[in-house]
This record gives sequence, structure tokens and C-alpha cells, in this order.
Amino acid sequence: MIKNILNLGDAALYCDFGKDVNQETNIQVIRYFKSIQNENIEGINNITPSYNKLIISFDLKKTNFKDLKNIIENLSITNVKDLENKKIEIPVCTHENFSLDIKRLEQILKKKRENIYENFFNKEFFCYMTGFIAGMPFLGDLDETMRAKRLETPRVKVPKGSVGLTEQFANIYTFESPGGWNIIGNTPINIFDSTKEKDPNLIYPGDIITFKEITKDQYHNYHE
Amino acid sequence: MNKNYFEIIRAGINTTFQDQGRKNLYHIGIPFSGAMDNRNYLLANKLVGNELDHPVIEFAYQGPLLKYSGNNINIAITGDINFMIKRNNINIDGKCYQTFNIQNGDEIDIISTNKSVYGYLALGGEIDLKYQWSSCSINTKANIGANNGKKLEMSQKINISKIDKDLNNNKLDYINTKIENIRIIKGTNFDFFSQEGKKIFFEKEFIVSKLSDRMGMRLEGPKIENIVDTNIKSEGLIKGVIQVPADGNPIIMLSDHGTIGGYPKIGVVISADYDKLVQLTPGSKIKFKEVELSDAETLFKLYELETQNLISRI
Repeated sequence: MIKNILNLGDAALYCDFGKDVNQETNIQVIRYFKSIQNENIEGINNITPSYNKLIISFDLKKTNFKDLKNIIENLSITNVKDLENKKIEIPVCTHENFSLDIKRLEQILKKKRENIYENFFNKEFFCYMTGFIAGMPFLGDLDETMRAKRLETPRVKVPKGSVGLTEQFANIYTFESPGGWNIIGNTPINIFDSTKEKDPNLIYPGDIITFKEITKDQYHNYHE
Repeated sequence: MNKNYFEIIRAGINTTFQDQGRKNLYHIGIPFSGAMDNRNYLLANKLVGNELDHPVIEFAYQGPLLKYSGNNINIAITGDINFMIKRNNINIDGKCYQTFNIQNGDEIDIISTNKSVYGYLALGGEIDLKYQWSSCSINTKANIGANNGKKLEMSQKINISKIDKDLNNNKLDYINTKIENIRIIKGTNFDFFSQEGKKIFFEKEFIVSKLSDRMGMRLEGPKIENIVDTNIKSEGLIKGVIQVPADGNPIIMLSDHGTIGGYPKIGVVISADYDKLVQLTPGSKIKFKEVELSDAETLFKLYELETQNLISRI
């Protein structure tokens, strides 16, 4: 449930679902997101779900904070079915050309690379949110023993398809971008396709993701 | 073959097509984009008799040099721009906020913006452009929008599929004013910062850094100290949000910003000041001034009325 609604500037609502980051809270956020989307409320420009927040930005020519807050507070969210939880398998190649930060992780986590990959590939991830750059999924949760901080100096260019870890999360760079996550491999599949206007993302919030290891040959011969 | 077109002789520094932007896509990571300075975008369209949400050419610092082939067409340039029209080896001084009738063989040379960043060139007709999610706005980071999401380059052509028959001359007396005080509303993490940091934020001057673009404006100056946590759990952003990363230098989110971010938000620029904010050039000094939400709403109403008034005078 929304614990508090604040204004973020003069043209956005900041809906706070509490401090914790867990799937239960996030599912609430996603339910609110879908519910507000279904309502087609006049003046709303964008609704951004994240781990435990929902930001609703609006056109100040058409509505205002007070009116919209009132609408959101009185909204019933029963019009949303349970989340669908689509299951998706993502092939990942861990060849040294792609696993840019595996040595760093070996040191930080005090684990051998085999153990890091074993942990990573035998896990179901939950998609909390997508964004920062188009289609980038934020997936959780990594085990306590697998959590490392971001690079101190982010890379200017992280290659497209890179799979990265930071804290309790994994993500996939949908196109070349600056970034500071610990890169452990690369996927040959397209996670974001701007030509599909109705359905540009491969992964959406609520989906369940597993990663499958592929060889370098399989990577280069991969056809979707 | 298209018989009416502009050929790009020089592309300029960052020349793109922009319109009103695209909405309802933050949740998949696609920003709003659209013209940075909305007022000047609207005025450019109105001057040439276009619908107000028509695409225009946005340029920054140095604009394009365009050579025209085809039937007569109206153009207008808005902002604070130094440009000229070259016709039969004669240079005609360009004036902003008025239409020019462009003839076959004419060149439009947009030399520079004067103490501002963005300017707009509206063409009186339909441009052949690809729309994505109901907008042709070019987002060069995600390669979305017209021209495959890339900025315009030398020797490309801008094809005009239909020219407006109405070649009326329009003019507006208007001078862009500059601001140094940027009005803000306190952000949701305002209390992450030390007493001294908050004081610095409102009392000291900041300088606009060269590392500013359509995604964000970086500021340099005294460091703003964070006493709680220099990272928060990533959450949604909107344009105008002022984030302060661990290095203590604020970054203001602009129209092509990343849709989520994990740095604490010290403030948000009010909607009424956004068009003026984006026009601040690197090296400009700015100071932040706090306003209440209700004042920000009134200031926006006044700004919007002023814009509508300018539009109605054309």
C-alpha cells in the first residue's frame, strides 16, 4: 500500500511504498502502476514504477498535485488481475572477452569464478522494474554472498548485451551506454527493439528470468 | 524523387528534429524528449502557420547551413540566433521571430546562438519524417525517432512532402530574457544534506559545466555535503530534478534524462523556469531560490498565459 504521497516538484506525485526493497512491496507498486494506467486519468504524462516508489508525472496545464493526489488516494486497485509472471530464459556467454569484471568480483566476493557463475546460473530472478536506459531490466535478488558495489569509476561505454551485477541486482545493458555495474557476461539476444512500438521490451516488471550459459560458438551462431 | 528539399551543407553541433515529445514510456526507459525550450518551439511553428505540435529543427550553439531546392517556402527561426539568408551572393541579415520566404537556391546559414544554447527552425510545410510512439523527436542515446534516432549530418536531405500555400509574412516583437535565479521546490531527499550543504545550495553561485547536453546539466561550484547516504534505491526521475552524487556536484535532469536514478534529489526546478534554464550556456552562473508548491503553480500559470499571449499576437 502507498504509505505517503509527496510532491516531486510542481508536476509529479511521489508515491512511497516504504523503505524495504522486496518482491512483495514491488508487486504492490506494479499493481498500482497497472491500475492507474487502466484508468486513463486526464493529465498524466508518465507513471514510473521502481522497487518501492511510484512516480506519476503530469501536465500542469491539465491537472495539479492536489487534485491528482486525491484521485490516486481514492483509487481502487481491484481492477488489476494477478501479475502474469512470464518466464524467460536469457542465454549468456561468459567468455573472457565478455566477462569484464569477473576478476574484480573474485577478489571482492572472495569466491572462485566457477562458484560465482554456479550461483548466478542456478537462480530465478524477478524483474522489479525497467528503465534508466530503454528496456534495461533490474533483476533480483542475488544471494547475500554475491553482492558487490558498483565500479568506483563507471565505464564510459559498456557494450550492448552486457550482463552486470550490483548489490542484490542483475541487469542487462540493452544498448551501449555508460555504466558502473560489474560485467560478468554478454547475451546475443535483443532485449529492447524500438521498431516494436506495442511491445518493445523482452522483459517487463513481474517477469521471472533465468540465465543459461552458452559457449562462444553458440553466442556467435545465435539466431533468435 | 522529391522536388522540394533542403540539403545539409553543414550540420551544426547538435541538430535534431524535435516536436512535443512522447509520453507514457518512462516505465520502459524511454524519456520524454521533445523541444528543450517549449515556448520557442511553439512560436516557431505559429510563425510559419503550422499546427503547434509540428516537428521543427532544433540546433545548439552552431546551427546548420542549408541549401534549398524547390518552390517558395516560409521559414522562421526563434531563440536568440545569429543567422543569414544567402541569395544570389547577397547576404540578407536574419531576424528571429519573423518569417522569411525562401526561394530555390537560397541558403540559410545559422551561424550561432547568442549567449543561449538552443534555437528552432520551423519550415512552413510537411517534412517527411518517421514517427515512433507518435513523435518524431530524435533521441540520440536510444536511437529513437526520425533519422533513425541520429543527429543530422552533412549532405543529408530534408525532404518537404507538402508546402503550405499560405506564404504570409508574420512577425513578433519578442526578446528572450535571461535568468540567473532558478526557482526550485525542495526535493524528496533534501534532508540527506548537511546544514552547511543546504546553506551552500541556496546561497552560493554554481557554474554550468561544459559537460551538459540534452540529458542533463552538470553544475560546478562548492560541494554539497551528504550526511545520510550518497545512494538511494533507484527510483523514477522527471525533468528538472536536481540530483547530487557522491562528488557533491549537482546534476539537473533535462529532457532526454535517464528514466530512473539512484542519487539523492535535493530539489526540482519549477516548470515555469524550465525553458529559461535549458538556455544557460556553460560558464553561466546560477543561484537557486526556494518557492512553495502553490507559488510554483501560480508562476507556471502566469508563464503559460504569457506564452499563449505571444502565440495569439502572431
